[in-house]
Amino acid sequence: MANIVLHKAETRGNANYGWLNSYHSFSFSSYYNPERMNFGALRVLNDDTVDAGMGFGKHPHDNMEIISIPLEGDLEHKDSMNNVAVIKNGDIQAMSAGTGIYHSEYNKDRTQRVKFLQIWVYPDKKNVEPRYDQITLNLEDRHNKLQQILSPYPDDAGVWIHQNAWFYLGRFDKGISSEYIFKAKGNGVYAFVLSGNIKINEQLLNARDGFGIWDTDRFTITADTDAEFLLMEVPMMI
Amino acid sequence: MDKIEILVIGRNLEILQTVVRLINKNQDWNATGVVTDDEAIATFNLKPFKLILLGGGIDKRSEDNLCATFNSKNPDIIIVQHYGGGSGLLYSEIYPILR
Repeated sequence: MANIVLHKAETRGNANYGWLNSYHSFSFSSYYNPERMNFGALRVLNDDTVDAGMGFGKHPHDNMEIISIPLEGDLEHKDSMNNVAVIKNGDIQAMSAGTGIYHSEYNKDRTQRVKFLQIWVYPDKKNVEPRYDQITLNLEDRHNKLQQILSPYPDDAGVWIHQNAWFYLGRFDKGISSEYIFKAKGNGVYAFVLSGNIKINEQLLNARDGFGIWDTDRFTITADTDAEFLLMEVPMMI
Repeated sequence: MDKIEILVIGRNLEILQTVVRLINKNQDWNATGVVTDDEAIATFNLKPFKLILLGGGIDKRSEDNLCATFNSKNPDIIIVQHYGGGSGLLYSEIYPILR
């Protein structure tokens, strides 16, 4: 029998600083909920909107796999490894903080806001050499199918991280259904709905709802409306 | 009321200083940051630390040695792995321990 957890969108933590409006699926910064600390190795899922011309100043990270997925607008990234890059909708960025890095993220556009997902995953090994990667995804590859955007392997589709994790994006037309088969025993999947409504098995999910499922080897995703969603398969034991 | 003393150990000085600064924004906490194992052990004897945060760059051998040393001196000491990211996780790491 599968275990499940449902996090409705409106139950997420929220921090609105004016320039930044952030919804936290798990405890983050001043939002502390002991029932919402993590989903296995998935520690942070922040749904951020950054005003035009604003951003996150230089700040440190260590021993964390950090994934950014822009949903709208462009975000400029600078880090202590001398990487300077702009990530935009359709890109994915992965950073292994390892022994420690500094970075900043800014919305350089003076008129358009940026929306992006900030995801932190505990690594499977500590103190790795910091690294940065960014790729542009083909948006058509997720239309009515699951597009792999992250894995543990450098030679596999998408970016890679130091964890036994796989991420997928899907943009399904209403009525389209797909079976998801877990990649690894002991893993769970946390689904996050970007737009529209989907069903995972019999559970209806609306936009920005989160849903975790584990102790099973497969489940079915069905688009109840036209819908976009992210699936994050991660180890449940950390 | 006495502040809660927190010892932070991390190999990257710049990151360490940031973590200490963020912890000290809480008026009830006082953080001391050290880089080396020797500094950590020496500093541990100077104040009644309640919590130790292990930051990035500390290898397994050092971590085991530090934990064994601290536990032998104070079996009640709480040792927590700190994951960086500004204040993102810092308070979630500290609050539940100190409750």
